[in-house]
Amino acid sequence: MTATVDAVMLEARAGALAKRSIKTSAKVAGIRLAISCMDLTTLEGKDSEGRVRSLCAKAIDPAPQLPDVPSVAAVCVYPSLVGVAKDALRGTSIKVASVATAFPSGLSSLDVRLADARAAIEAGADEIDMVIDRGAFLAGEYRQVFDEIVAVKALCGPIHVKVILETGELGSYDNVRRASDLALEAGADIIKTSTGKAGTNATFPVAVAMCEAIREYARRTGRRAGLKVAGGVRTTKQAMTYLVIVKETLGEGWLTPDLFRIGASSLLDDLLMQYEKELTGHYAGVDYFPKD
Amino acid sequence: MTGIFDYAPAPETTKAEIRDEYGLFVGGEFVKPRSGRSFDTVNPANEQLLARVAYAGAEDVDRAVRAARKAYEKYWRRMRPADRAKYIYRIARAITERSRELAVLETLDGGKPIKESRDFDIPTAAAHFFYYAGWADKLEWAMRAGRQARPLGVAGQIVPWNFPLLMAAWKLAPALACGNTVVLKPAETTPLTALALAQIVQEADLPPGVVNVVTGDGATGAALVENADVDKIAFTGSTEVGKAIQRALAGTGKRLTLELGGKAAHIVFADAPIDQAVEGIVNGIYFNQGHVCCAGSRLLVEESMHDEIVVHLTERLQTLRLGDPLDKNTDIGAINSQAQLDKIEELVRSGIEQGAILVQQSCALPERGYYFPASFFTGVQQSHRIAREEIFGPVLSILTFRTPDEAIEKANNTPYGLSAGIWTDKGSKNMYIAQHMRAGVVWCNTFNQFDPSSPFGGYRESGFGREGGVHGLYEYLAH
Repeated sequence: MTATVDAVMLEARAGALAKRSIKTSAKVAGIRLAISCMDLTTLEGKDSEGRVRSLCAKAIDPAPQLPDVPSVAAVCVYPSLVGVAKDALRGTSIKVASVATAFPSGLSSLDVRLADARAAIEAGADEIDMVIDRGAFLAGEYRQVFDEIVAVKALCGPIHVKVILETGELGSYDNVRRASDLALEAGADIIKTSTGKAGTNATFPVAVAMCEAIREYARRTGRRAGLKVAGGVRTTKQAMTYLVIVKETLGEGWLTPDLFRIGASSLLDDLLMQYEKELTGHYAGVDYFPKD
Repeated sequence: MTGIFDYAPAPETTKAEIRDEYGLFVGGEFVKPRSGRSFDTVNPANEQLLARVAYAGAEDVDRAVRAARKAYEKYWRRMRPADRAKYIYRIARAITERSRELAVLETLDGGKPIKESRDFDIPTAAAHFFYYAGWADKLEWAMRAGRQARPLGVAGQIVPWNFPLLMAAWKLAPALACGNTVVLKPAETTPLTALALAQIVQEADLPPGVVNVVTGDGATGAALVENADVDKIAFTGSTEVGKAIQRALAGTGKRLTLELGGKAAHIVFADAPIDQAVEGIVNGIYFNQGHVCCAGSRLLVEESMHDEIVVHLTERLQTLRLGDPLDKNTDIGAINSQAQLDKIEELVRSGIEQGAILVQQSCALPERGYYFPASFFTGVQQSHRIAREEIFGPVLSILTFRTPDEAIEKANNTPYGLSAGIWTDKGSKNMYIAQHMRAGVVWCNTFNQFDPSSPFGGYRESGFGREGGVHGLYEYLAH
């Protein structure tokens, strides 16, 4: 049985966490943490080899002029570009993550979706970001959704599987909780909010609800699963709030790249600008940072 | 302990102007007290002196009542209601404009976390003035057809220390809107925001004497209650004092409203949305260090989920941030006074002695100031003092029940009846339980929600009369 979620209190709690004041040393630590937990992402139809190579260069050394800025956790691309990313990141500890399983809708046969994931793995992907079939979920076919996650996880073996719930399409926090519980039970290493392709992406209340599911699952089974927030995370303020949500719901033990990720593209630029501001006391122009 | 993402200190930097000495606010002026006495008000977070405040003796109270009477006859009752509204709107706007400064002042004087004074106390106080300003020229619509809306005269209003400015707003706004003049007596430990409000009243250019503020202690309040020229007493505070006031007023013809103590049942069923219920429980008891008359201080948990709730709560306690009330990330501030801290400690000792099990957050308390860690008791029985007496601190008593009817019986088994909370995912059960609560306000799947348009008040030893909404007007209009 899955826990139910009360929307009013959930949103109140998320709102209270969003009001935490993260300043000075906390902000510097938080920015570094956010960068080290980032899946630097490009998922556009126009993505090319050149685009992925420049993104990888930025992933390795986001801001050469700033001291102590870590590399990001991973670069996230479509399956056909995994090889390029793998090559560009050779010799670093940065992972290559690939969306697969008929991203973003998941509306293909299981065979096609597994083949998609297999191709990404064969090209060298270290992590697979799979999508669930929301149509099946909303139709109440929980068994099917569960079995598909189990199948993808079985295919991936030790490769980390992030299960994208696409919470913006689930329609209620109760469903967010139910989908989270289901994905965790099916073996997800990380549960992820969104594809970035839906109208609504990651939100603070959804992140709180998913953290609560992860917390309860860890209490019950002893296994720590992670959270990835993705889509619409553009500002340092948002990133700090997600860190606060994880810290105060799951604990600081979850603030590692193994258990927390932020999927984003433009966020990195804002983090770097705010980081420099904290160090120097003033904002540098946007052109002082690489645009990739 | 240092972690990878510790919050740095985030002190509120707005400065609140505090004078060294304050007089009484009588007849539109700050005046020296005829008592010749004054008293200190301290910051409970560090025990430092904030200001010396004039002490109003019986003669001073009488002077304030006479000023209020004069203002009532000469200006306020004669004024066009729409013009009264303009003055009240002016107060509301001034509170909004000075909200951050007032929040700092409230936190310095009372010890509550700045996030609460900033996000709750001050905005809600302003909202009450805005709301009742709107009523001032529409009072006929609050009356039965053919009845005139007539003010009572001079209202004596005595407010507590837990929400100093907000309680002053709850009392002043409807009284003024209805055409009464007021003598306000703030609590001894928290006079500063009431005095700041007096400055606002002065700057808003209200006719002199419409609002008067007399600072002092219980004897000052008693002098106001006993003053023969007061038409109405409104009191928020302890049940013990409330009873004394009611005895004193018997036979005088003075109108009275009392908002007194509480020992609210917070009922959690096994089908509740558990993570949110836990947040509701935390909000219900630890908001404002539990210095809340409607606090959800008696948790009634369905026996089958008792252990799970205790596990959740035990973990959640450790994430509460106790410390400097002016830090924007502080969840639990200072206890309002040494006397209140003594009372909390005494009741907690009784809980331990009577066999309940104490669980507390394990954080270091600041060396100076009055602090008490967020706490709860398990294994509490209905007969224990901590299940029956109002602790008025961050201490929760957890009891269990087996069936909905048993929950109702235990919830109502108290001389109080101010508030109650219910957590269940089942709407019909929520409505059924709510109907059977002997409490003035029942929150379903939430707690501590306030709005100027919603009446608030108690049953039985929690008092009578309502504040807020159209009901709040009737307490300041002639029958």
